[in-house]
Amino acid sequence: MHGCRHANDLPIPAPDATPPEELDGDNFTAVLPHEDDDAGTVYFRRLCMHCADPACVSACPVHALAKRDDGAVVYDRDLCIGCRYCFVACPFHVPTYTWTRTAPVVRKCFLCAHRLDAGQIPGCAAACPTGATVFGPRDVLLHLAREQIAAHPDRYVDHILGEHEAGGTDVLMIASIPFADLGIWTDVIERPLPELTWMVQEKIPYVIGTGGLLLGGLYWVINRRMRLGREGGEES
Amino acid sequence: MIRRRITVTRVILAIILLGGLVITVRRFALGLGAVTNLSDSTPWGLWVGFDVISGVALASGGFTMAFLAHISGDHQLRPLARPAILTALIGYLLVVMSLIYDLGLPWHMLNVVLNPNIHSVMFEVAWCVMLYTMVLFLEFLPSVFERFRAERWRRWLHAAAVPLYVLGIVLSTLHQSSLGSLYLIAPGKLHPLWYTEMLPLMFFLSALVIGMAMVMVEASLSARFLQHRLPMDALARLGQYLLFVVLLYVAFRVQDLTYRGVWDRVLDGSYESTFFVVENLLFLIALPILLHPGWRRRPATLISAGYLLVIAVVMHRLDVTFVGMRRATGAAYVPTLEEFWISLFLVTCGALVFGLAARTLPVFERGDGHAHDDAHADAGGAGRHRLA
Repeated sequence: MHGCRHANDLPIPAPDATPPEELDGDNFTAVLPHEDDDAGTVYFRRLCMHCADPACVSACPVHALAKRDDGAVVYDRDLCIGCRYCFVACPFHVPTYTWTRTAPVVRKCFLCAHRLDAGQIPGCAAACPTGATVFGPRDVLLHLAREQIAAHPDRYVDHILGEHEAGGTDVLMIASIPFADLGIWTDVIERPLPELTWMVQEKIPYVIGTGGLLLGGLYWVINRRMRLGREGGEES
Repeated sequence: MIRRRITVTRVILAIILLGGLVITVRRFALGLGAVTNLSDSTPWGLWVGFDVISGVALASGGFTMAFLAHISGDHQLRPLARPAILTALIGYLLVVMSLIYDLGLPWHMLNVVLNPNIHSVMFEVAWCVMLYTMVLFLEFLPSVFERFRAERWRRWLHAAAVPLYVLGIVLSTLHQSSLGSLYLIAPGKLHPLWYTEMLPLMFFLSALVIGMAMVMVEASLSARFLQHRLPMDALARLGQYLLFVVLLYVAFRVQDLTYRGVWDRVLDGSYESTFFVVENLLFLIALPILLHPGWRRRPATLISAGYLLVIAVVMHRLDVTFVGMRRATGAAYVPTLEEFWISLFLVTCGALVFGLAARTLPVFERGDGHAHDDAHADAGGAGRHRLA
């Protein structure tokens, strides 16, 4: 968390401050405790999952959110109109907003894109002393996660969060208890979410074409019949 | 003609307007957080759920009546078309106003045109609302030309009338349904009672319902407050069309619940099921009124069916935006007084503009509409309908 704050110029809280319970504008990531009946206190991380096909990027009407080739889902405040459809679209409840500002912006983990550009790894992975958070190409990380699960079947549940969720994410997690027990991320489907709206969006040209022709044709037929009816009425 | 008197109504109006101005200043000087209860877990509040998503539906009488009266050629409905188009124009202007209040960075709004993402449902909504507001303006312009006797301009625009109606109907079909499509991307969040791949169709059908129902409600309001005669023949005829779309809506609702196998959730007694049952009961209560030919022809019963259906569809919209999303976001949202006030403020502005336009422009058809003659001056509206 401190690595993240330093890397992103976020305010550093006082040492005795209560830790955040959720992501917010000053906390791009949070390490949260979960009291489990069997396993005791389990810690898990919240952060942007950097979906391979992000719902937020597809939902943004102005390309203010974008997926970079290196995996980072980044944000451009100069494009954002502040509609907050990305909040509705995100299956992981990640985006946060600076509600109290007069020019509010979306705040979330950007995978330290500025550090990636400088050839560095994200602040959280750089700061992590135990290797609990590591950075690398997705296929390498997947391999690593599978190895860990295979090597310690007693320690890990055989589920890599992000391997399939929302069509796959570029942040992957493994844990000692089922992710469903954490109470979040339970309803995430495995299909990439943008497909669900694109199925409808892609039909727009056809609606315009057929709709226009149908309505025009309807008007023409009805109008003609009424005119003929009137003329017929006059003759008889 | 214009009497400057202090009445209770005017004092209330003044309070609403002044309060609205104060909150407007606070909204833009201090930010969304200062006047709303919006949060990261409830990013869309009353201004989106009511003013925008319900507001667009409330204004759908414009395209519905354009279709019935002008495209399908039911000339009996003609007297209802112009007031409906005026309401729609004012309604869409209010939607744009609400967006300026609700968007975080409204001064970036032009980016929807400059840098559009065609994959976004919000792009479709924004473009259609923008284009349709312009179309509505052109559809309404003939009234202005008539008022100022600009005969050449009126005839010129008259030639474009049918293409404009067609364009308006197509744009409306697209964005009325896409208000439902907005939620297609949130399958894990929206409660399964409301989340269905049919959301766009359900939103479109319910837009037809509320469009016609609003025309009835407005006719009764204009009868009461603007001393117009209630065009009962046209309204009873409209009741038949309304019956048809309500039946269609209910049929699709039943079919959808059956197909997805979620009937057990309808009566599981949960918070969501209660709202869902009430919402759909409102549609069902209105059905017999519309089915019964006698009740359909009686103003009191027909207008109540109209009110019921308006409430039903607005409730459906609010259920999708708040009730259905609550479990996933985990936060209860109650709008602030300021949020309610701004909604009231905008609706009041709309009603005042409507009243002004109705008094100064030929919106209501002569003969059927105008009742400024002394015989009707103070009898007070809704009861004086013309029976067939």
